[in-house]
Amino acid sequence: MMTGLVHRSPIPGFGLSAGVTLTMLSVVVLIPIGALFLEGFSAGIPTLIDTINTGRVRAALYLSFRLSVIAACVNLVFGLVLAWVLTRYDFPGRRILDAAVDLPFALPTAVAGIALTALYAPNGAFGALFKDLGIKIAYTQWGILIALIFVGLPFVTRTVQPVVEEIEREVEEASATLGASRAYTIRRVILPLLMPAALTGFGLSLARAVGEYGSVIFIAGNLPMKTEIAPLLIVIKLEEYNDPGAAAIGLAMLAISFGMLFLINLVQVFSRRRIGHV
Amino acid sequence: MFATLHVAGRILPWADDAADGRVTISTGLRSLTGWPVLRGLQTAALALAVGFAGLTAQPVQAQALLNVSYDPTRELYADIDKAFAAWWVAEGNPAPEIQASHGGSGAQARAVIEGLDAQVVTLALAADIDKIAAQGKLPADWQGKLPHNSSPYTSTIVFLVREGNPKGIKDWGDLVADGVEVITPNPKTSGGARWNYLGAWAWAEQNGQDPQEFVKSLYTHVPVLDKGARDATTTFTQREIGDVLLAWENEAYLAQKELGEDQYDIVVPSVSVLAEPPVALVEANLHSDDQRKLAEAYLSFLYTPEAQAIIFKQFYRGWDTSKADPADVARFPQLKLVDIAHFGGWSKVQADHFADGGIFDQIYVAQ
Repeated sequence: MMTGLVHRSPIPGFGLSAGVTLTMLSVVVLIPIGALFLEGFSAGIPTLIDTINTGRVRAALYLSFRLSVIAACVNLVFGLVLAWVLTRYDFPGRRILDAAVDLPFALPTAVAGIALTALYAPNGAFGALFKDLGIKIAYTQWGILIALIFVGLPFVTRTVQPVVEEIEREVEEASATLGASRAYTIRRVILPLLMPAALTGFGLSLARAVGEYGSVIFIAGNLPMKTEIAPLLIVIKLEEYNDPGAAAIGLAMLAISFGMLFLINLVQVFSRRRIGHV
Repeated sequence: MFATLHVAGRILPWADDAADGRVTISTGLRSLTGWPVLRGLQTAALALAVGFAGLTAQPVQAQALLNVSYDPTRELYADIDKAFAAWWVAEGNPAPEIQASHGGSGAQARAVIEGLDAQVVTLALAADIDKIAAQGKLPADWQGKLPHNSSPYTSTIVFLVREGNPKGIKDWGDLVADGVEVITPNPKTSGGARWNYLGAWAWAEQNGQDPQEFVKSLYTHVPVLDKGARDATTTFTQREIGDVLLAWENEAYLAQKELGEDQYDIVVPSVSVLAEPPVALVEANLHSDDQRKLAEAYLSFLYTPEAQAIIFKQFYRGWDTSKADPADVARFPQLKLVDIAHFGGWSKVQADHFADGGIFDQIYVAQ
């Protein structure tokens, strides 16, 4: 019955590889998320909604997602430029710079948070400069934004880099011989080719920023309604031994993240249709 | 790491095994020397196996002890553990292996509840140990098992201000003056911060102010809510944020000692809280009789004159002054102290003030 419905791939090894994939995914991802759902709904849906629908939780969620989107946008632009520079040009120290892009992955986030705080606090090297201009960075939303940009930086660069490498110079030359200006070539030829990868990087960077905790708490100031991020609120609920409350906020974040990533995927599908498969 | 030789035409590659197992392939134009892939895979697999083996925890030694403590006691227990180990060996026992874990009191209690294998807990609040007891890991009447409510020392909350006290801070009431920035951690995540909050509450009660209004206006002067007491100290000293740090007495003295007496002054308010950080044995995590003996000896050691001398030296208010340096004892100012019973006990305080939607939450949400 079933075998008649399922189209079997001619490539052997489907059963084994699917089994391994499903087992890994279940143990590492699906079961923990299932537990989150179970805990979140354990107190009933009205309680779940009541927990999320308080001013403080709403403020934290809004702050987390707003700053994450801004950070991901900054990383999108900056990451594209960085990927372009690192692949297209050769200059002394390029390989070191290239390796440095991965540092935010490797560095413990707490170390990054403390280092950024030390730099941007009013008595730090950069913080002192901004202080003279009357701008506070550390312990404000600016500080959170800087930490989020830091942790999300590698994603766009690393997803776009291979695509930049793949673009043949001939494509640009063809565009030039057909009379396109440099700007036009970038806008109509290069960027559409890079867009799907860049959007993937954007989505990853966004997801990372939304969940970031370790580096942000050092630089955020953590004032309720002002600089309190949603992950911190989860930790606070946990320390109140309010597990369903913590799970409820976790679920809200999951739902919003899912919605945003879904949107990004839609944009990707749309852009693929427009410019063809890349 | 990997290189490929394209072998074109009819030139045959020839391989030559070196003595160390490396293979050389040559096409005449280029040659490659390296380990065969299989050998590389074997090495990687072996390394992985070693890595996984390291994941499995070592079995707990009978003479090992984990003390899970709160944030500012790092220096205290570093000294106590050294003294205890020496004493324990002198008593004819094998050398104990004592480990300490420090963090916010609430987070530490939670870790123990979720399975951190602590034999001894030394936390900031009785409420946090009560939470562990509620899970059945130790008897509910744990606080009666050791002298002085199971608290080997008490402490209080004082103010640490910058040298010369430029903002003229003398008492709790001065904290809400215009332009004063107060550093205190988040009471939700820090035990010490709850004492800070209660100290402010007690002062307002005794000075005819509405405590809730006073505490509320106090927290509008707080620019940063750190997670734990030590983080708040760092914010105040290293980042130079704020005019006054509400701190554990020991933390304030320690900051002064470590960072220079010419940088900070300690201000003692007219009234403060009597904090009794308790200690307890986690019965469920005692794995053998030997370990029980060690853990019990460790806790009773805290009450010996030797340990009490260390406690005084580390700026905590101990009970037994017989072996303490008189200078260590004399430096504590006498002030009016209010204990937790005044507020109705921890379970009431926790529910009224710090629970979800409690008074502390209302302070912020109402703004």
